Amino acid sequence: MKPIIEIDHISFKYQEDQAVSALNDISFSINQGEWVAIIGHNGSGKSTLAKTINGLILPSEGKVTVGGLELNEANVWDIRKKIGMVFQNPDNQFVGSTVEDDVAFGLENQGVPREEMVKRVNNALEKVRMSEFKTKEPARLSGGQKQRVAIAGVVALSPDVIILDEATSMLDPKGRLEVISTIQQLKEEKNLTVISITHDIDEAANANRVLVMKAGELVQEGTPEEIFSAGEKLVAMGLDLPFPEKLKIELTDLGIDVPATYMSEEGMVNWLWTSVLNK
Amino acid sequence: MMDKLIFGRYIPGDSLIHNMDPRAKLMTSFYFIGIIFLCNNWQSYLLMFTFTVAVIVLSKVSIKFFIRGVKPLIWLILFTVILQVLFTTGGREYFRFGIIAITELGLMNGAFIFCRFVLIIFMSTLLTLTTPPLALSDAIEYLLRPLKVVRFPAHEVSLMLSIALRFVPTLMDETEKIMNAQRARGVDFGEGNLAQRMKAIVPLLIPLFVSSFNRAEDLAIAMEARGYQGGEGRTKYRVLHWQGRDTLAVLIYALLTVALVYLRY
Repeated sequence: MKPIIEIDHISFKYQEDQAVSALNDISFSINQGEWVAIIGHNGSGKSTLAKTINGLILPSEGKVTVGGLELNEANVWDIRKKIGMVFQNPDNQFVGSTVEDDVAFGLENQGVPREEMVKRVNNALEKVRMSEFKTKEPARLSGGQKQRVAIAGVVALSPDVIILDEATSMLDPKGRLEVISTIQQLKEEKNLTVISITHDIDEAANANRVLVMKAGELVQEGTPEEIFSAGEKLVAMGLDLPFPEKLKIELTDLGIDVPATYMSEEGMVNWLWTSVLNK
Repeated sequence: MMDKLIFGRYIPGDSLIHNMDPRAKLMTSFYFIGIIFLCNNWQSYLLMFTFTVAVIVLSKVSIKFFIRGVKPLIWLILFTVILQVLFTTGGREYFRFGIIAITELGLMNGAFIFCRFVLIIFMSTLLTLTTPPLALSDAIEYLLRPLKVVRFPAHEVSLMLSIALRFVPTLMDETEKIMNAQRARGVDFGEGNLAQRMKAIVPLLIPLFVSSFNRAEDLAIAMEARGYQGGEGRTKYRVLHWQGRDTLAVLIYALLTVALVYLRY
């Protein structure tokens, strides 16, 4: 498969005289249709990385290629058309006065004719199950609903890539699940590429691939299974463990022999009931 | 806090007034403020009052919203009215103390000023209660468009306006949150003398400013990520429809003006 995003040795400093760089010699590529999670502790450079991908920040060294286009000041707007971003704070990214206006904002910017705009806004709202809230103001919506509107705004633009920049970090567990399942559904339907930058370990466990960042560097890369079986090392990097891993540690402490490989919640349940039966 | 502030709020509804073109509403509301100065006798004020009440009834918005709109300004109104009553001389004199005098003309002027204030507040409250903020800023953008000839940034002004309006409730919520958080730490709002009160505002104002800066930055980034490049080459999702009833409203206002001029002379 051909990579849709290629990051080639990029570095970035917020201020030239700063001693530490926010990003330090990072390279990776992402294939079409992949779900990649980028995890790391606070200040590890995850969000900065997300902003370099669609040109909100231009890296001081290295190059970024999106869909065959190398990012530079001339084609930054073409690249932004390919990438939709959902940010952390549901309130601060809500531009429109009502739900439908907010979804239409991106389309207005691209000069889409009105009839088509109406169609696409309605479709997008239906996809995220927010049609009945069409004329509501942001003050009347919950955090999860606002994030779904933000996703609808991205969906209406039908980008190739969706970047979730800690999009679920300010939501309650229910809102978080809603948003993630909406994204998952969209990804299946449209073969989207999803890059999710997250603290949420369960969100990362859904990904095809996980990139681990630490102090502006890419320290590890692998499937969720590979990454999460690192156990204690993850905790040392300031990350949390998924629930089955925590359970495994507790069980090992009690002297029970558990397999060392990573297991999802379902796998853990299967192992637990078969292991009792085997005895 | 939100409940107390009626001015600038929108009450969703479905009425003749709600469905009017915002341009028509905005223009006629301004025009109303203009022609109210034509009134100079009780007949003309009666006419204006009847008209305003008729429009309010048409809007199907409860009258208590309008009363609540007047409330925060009542002291200003009373102050002006009292000044008028005490310092206008003419007609029959009821009471005199030095330069202060209560006269027939003074009382009449006071009553007129009171009516004028209330009518203007009613009308502008009606405008904001029945028009969504965004429609209002659309109307302003449209009406400012001719000024582009003199390089007036009509799109930018209307964008700022619509963002400002959209963030009013968000910032209100935040103000309340910060106030409560500071109260929990022992800050007393609204206690003590003037200097102490001013001091108590600081722990509210500074976090509010800082968070507004952060919001502005987040919003700007989010807008840019969604392809916002300025007013050029944008299409509009909302379109304004000038309909028969809007022309009718303009005609009614023309008639009203004629009637007022007739009553004046």
